[in-house]
This record gives sequence, structure tokens and C-alpha cells, in this order.
Amino acid sequence: MSATATKPVTRSAFKKWCDANTGLFFLIPWILGFLIFKAYPFASSLYYSFTDMNFFNGIHEYGIMNYVEIFTNRKTLTALSTTFKYAFITVPLKLVFALFIAYILNFKIKFVNLFRTVYYIPSILGGSVAIAVLWRAMFRDDGVINTLLSYIGVDGPNWLADRNWALFVICLLRVWQFGSAMVLFLAALKGVSVDLYEAATIDGASKVRQFFSITVPMITPVIFYNLVTQIAQAFQEFNGPYIITQGGPRNSTTLVALLVYNYAFQSNEMGMACALAWVMFVIVMILTIIAFASQKHWVYYAD
Amino acid sequence: MNMSTARKIGRFFQYFVLILVGIVMIYPLIWMVGATFKSNAEIFSGIGFIPKHPTLEGYKAAITQSYGGDINIWRAFLNTYSFVIPKVVFTVISSVIAAYGFSRFKFKGRDLLFSIMISTLFLPQVVLNVPQYLMYNKFGWINSPLYLPLWVCTMFGTETYFVYQLVQFMRSIPHDLDEAASIDGCGPVKILYKIICPMLSPSLVAVALFQFMWSCNDFMGPLLYVQTPSKYPLSIFVKLSMDADAGFSWNRILALSLISIIPQLIVFFCAQDSFIDGIAAGSVKG
Repeated sequence: MSATATKPVTRSAFKKWCDANTGLFFLIPWILGFLIFKAYPFASSLYYSFTDMNFFNGIHEYGIMNYVEIFTNRKTLTALSTTFKYAFITVPLKLVFALFIAYILNFKIKFVNLFRTVYYIPSILGGSVAIAVLWRAMFRDDGVINTLLSYIGVDGPNWLADRNWALFVICLLRVWQFGSAMVLFLAALKGVSVDLYEAATIDGASKVRQFFSITVPMITPVIFYNLVTQIAQAFQEFNGPYIITQGGPRNSTTLVALLVYNYAFQSNEMGMACALAWVMFVIVMILTIIAFASQKHWVYYAD
Repeated sequence: MNMSTARKIGRFFQYFVLILVGIVMIYPLIWMVGATFKSNAEIFSGIGFIPKHPTLEGYKAAITQSYGGDINIWRAFLNTYSFVIPKVVFTVISSVIAAYGFSRFKFKGRDLLFSIMISTLFLPQVVLNVPQYLMYNKFGWINSPLYLPLWVCTMFGTETYFVYQLVQFMRSIPHDLDEAASIDGCGPVKILYKIICPMLSPSLVAVALFQFMWSCNDFMGPLLYVQTPSKYPLSIFVKLSMDADAGFSWNRILALSLISIIPQLIVFFCAQDSFIDGIAAGSVKG
């Protein structure tokens, strides 16, 4: 009796709940994906980082030994400092280039689409193995770069075998891919009102002054966006060192992501690999938080 | 007059810089094309790109070369597309569904889920690699002939960047349209594919194109999960060919590399506006 009476009530309550949460149904795949492919690996990677997890032997020991090792071992410390060096060379160079070229393209240039295409192609192909192969060919001791340098009387180094230069070659490969950052800058520059420049010209401000006092402040949101994404990308660089230099010569291009790979899949020390990945993750997080916190001092949002 | 000379100098300077930088940008690729037609002796003998004695040796070697007898370039192409295509298709579908849920509905916990989604943008793949590998190993997916580890996760909207981009685009579509359709009796699913998807099609194309490029370039995924030589995709095949004979046969390796990126070049030239609009429109609004 009571069961038959409550049935229609619960059913409409359920229907109501469904109506209020239609959006949730569309998110079911995403929620599953997040839990299985992101949240679970994320948490277990933190867990493994406090163990001596080995692919074949499993876990025998718990503790902070991996982290102690990371901050005392020369190999890991070198990888961390190399990664910093790599990021602090690549990111500023890339952004400055991207902004400079976008700035020039923003003058009423003829063939602007042609130029834009030419600058953008490396970004789309640069991640491929093919381009890494090309880079190895160009930076050989007798490669195009050194031949070119010899024409102007410079005796180029044996780039990829020289521990002072090998990292720089990889930096160059990534700086060469400034196109996507440039496209973003260009879109932002187009959005800067012409009135501002006209007013400044009437007031007698030079082009250089206008650039630093109008252009740069107006596009700080995009500078910020590019900065944050490029830093995150730089700290994860793997393909360049793996394909072009294998981390050598003498570990001078062993970036953190490559070392994580080596620990995890070459020597099967997965606990150590997770710990190192987490150290890198925390560093990137700190840099990102600093960037976000500094926003209010230099990023200008119009609305 | 003085003013106009100054302007002319400025103009000249602008074009000078653009052309100079353009040459630096494109020359490696042009040189690469030239080098594939050179003999091995000629490749490193100068900086010019026009071969003095053009030869097809490199190409002949590239298309017949096999690695351990199990794989050649055509097989590698086939292998690449057999996971790239499902990856692209599922990324578009699952990202659109997730973006629809995030951008068109109000419900309890949406903002929390949305901020979780955004925070996964900052989650580096390096942190996830080891546990994912162990998980796929448990599933028995390592070395799977169907390349399961490379594309199954994309059925679940895990490509956060694209979900986020599509959310941005969907927010710019006026709500009146779905309201009108809903009054006409369209359910939410029908609204998605009858109204939202057609309006969104340029950005869906952009998502597909970017995912295509990135998946073709993907190196680490196949490196971890594909171990049988006959199943190697192009990225691994090119890398191994380079390791196998770097030093003697550069025209072959460069020809192989060039062939491997031709489909991507064609796609890029056919759809370059989509790429550039896609990249410019999606990321800056937020």
C-alpha cells in the first residue's frame, strides 16, 4: 500500500533531480576520465615517490630516501640546474622574438599572411622527429651551420659533442618555434586601439616610447599567458634531448624529463622517477604561482 | 619630405627584418628538401640547397629501407594513422560533450568541477607517466596491437586544452538559440548536435587539426607503449633509422624524414587559416 503510494513521488523527485543536473550527465565521461587517467595516476605517483618501487621487484621500503637522493646526488642536481638554464634561455628568447616579429607584422605590411605562414610552419612541425633529425644534420661538425660560420671566418664548435654548446642547440630548436606565441601576440596587437597611438603621436611620443608605454602594457595579458604556458612546456622538454643528443655529451643536455624517463624505463627505478617528477612539478607550480601572484603588479586587464 | 624619408627608411627596415628572419626560419626546411636530392658526399660540402648532381638515391633507399625486415615507411605510415585517426575523432567528440556540460548547464558542483578541469591544464604528463604505464600494464595494454594506451583515454575528454578551448567558444554562442530550440521540443542532446555543433564547426575543425599534428608528432607515447618493430609508427621508425645509420647515409635519413612530414605539410597548407584562427581565438579570451 505505502509502496504504491510513494512510487510516483520518488519518480518525479528523481526526474526533478535529473532536470537540475542534465549538465552532469554530459560530464560523466570527463569525470571518469579525470578519475582514471589523471587523479589516480597523480595520487599514486605521489605515493610511489615515497617508496623504492621497482618495475620488477615492487616495493620493499618506504620513506623520503628518493627526495634525499635527489637533493644530494650530483646527477639529479645537474639535471635540475640544466633544466633551469634551458628554460631561462628558451622562454625569454622565444617571447622576445615572437613579440618583436608580431610587432613588425602589425604595421600595415604587404603579404602579411605569407610572412605569418612562414614563421608559423616551424611551430607546427618542430615537435616532429623529422625536424630533430634535420637539426642533427645541420649542427654536425661539418654541417650547414659551421660551413656558414666559416664563410664569415668563425670556426664553429662541434655543437652536439661540445658540452658548452649542445644545450644551446636544443634551445635554438625551440626558439625557432616561436610562431604560435607570435600568432597570439599578433592577435593581441590588433586589439590595441589605434586612438591610443594617435594620441601619443600628437603628444610627440617616439615609436620606441609608444611601444613600451602603450603596446606592452596593453598586451600584458597575452604576455602573461605565453609566459606561463611556455615555462610549463620548457620544464617538460623531452624530445629534443632524447632524439638529438641522448642527454649527452656528459649529461650536459640531460633535462629533468629525460632523467625521469631514464629512471623509470631504463633502470626501472619507478619510485625515484616519480619523486623527481614531483620535484619538477612543484617547481613549475611555484613558478606559476609566483607568476599569478605578480599579475596584479604588471598585468593590465581592460575589463 | 623629411618625414616621408624617415617613413621610407622605417618601411625598408621592417621588410628587411621580416625577410631576413623569414629566410632564417624557412631555410632549414628548404635545405632539407635540397639535401634529399644530393649524394651523401655533397650534403655537407656547402650551404647551398640546389643539388649539383641531383639524384633520387636517397628517396629510393628511404622507401625501400626496412628495419630488421619487419617494417618499412609505408607500414609505419599505416601504423601512425591507425592510432592518430581514432585519437582525433574521439578527442573532438569527447571534448565537445564535456565542454557542452561545462558551458551550457547550471548545476551544483559545476564550478568546482570546472576549476578541477582548469587545474589539470597545469598537470604535467611527466608526473603521470609512471602510474599510467603501470596501470596500462595491468590492463595488458602495453604493446597492444590496437595501440590502446595511445587513444582510449581521449574518449574521456582528457585533452583538457581542447575542452577548455571549446568551452570558451561555446560561451560565445548566444543562449537564445538553445532556448528557442528547447521550446520547440528539442532535448539537450539534439540541441548539441543540431545547433551547437554546426555553429562550432570552425573550432571543431581547429581541434581536429591540432590534435592531428600533435598526435603525428607524438614520440613519447609510442616510445613507451609500442615495442614490436612491425608496429612502430613513423616517429619511432624515423628515430631508429637515424640511429642505425647516422653518419653514412644522410640523404636517405633526410628523405625519410621529409616524406614522414609531407602529410602534415599538406594538411597545414590546406587549412592554415583554421590553424592560425584556432590558436589566436581559443587561448586568449579566458
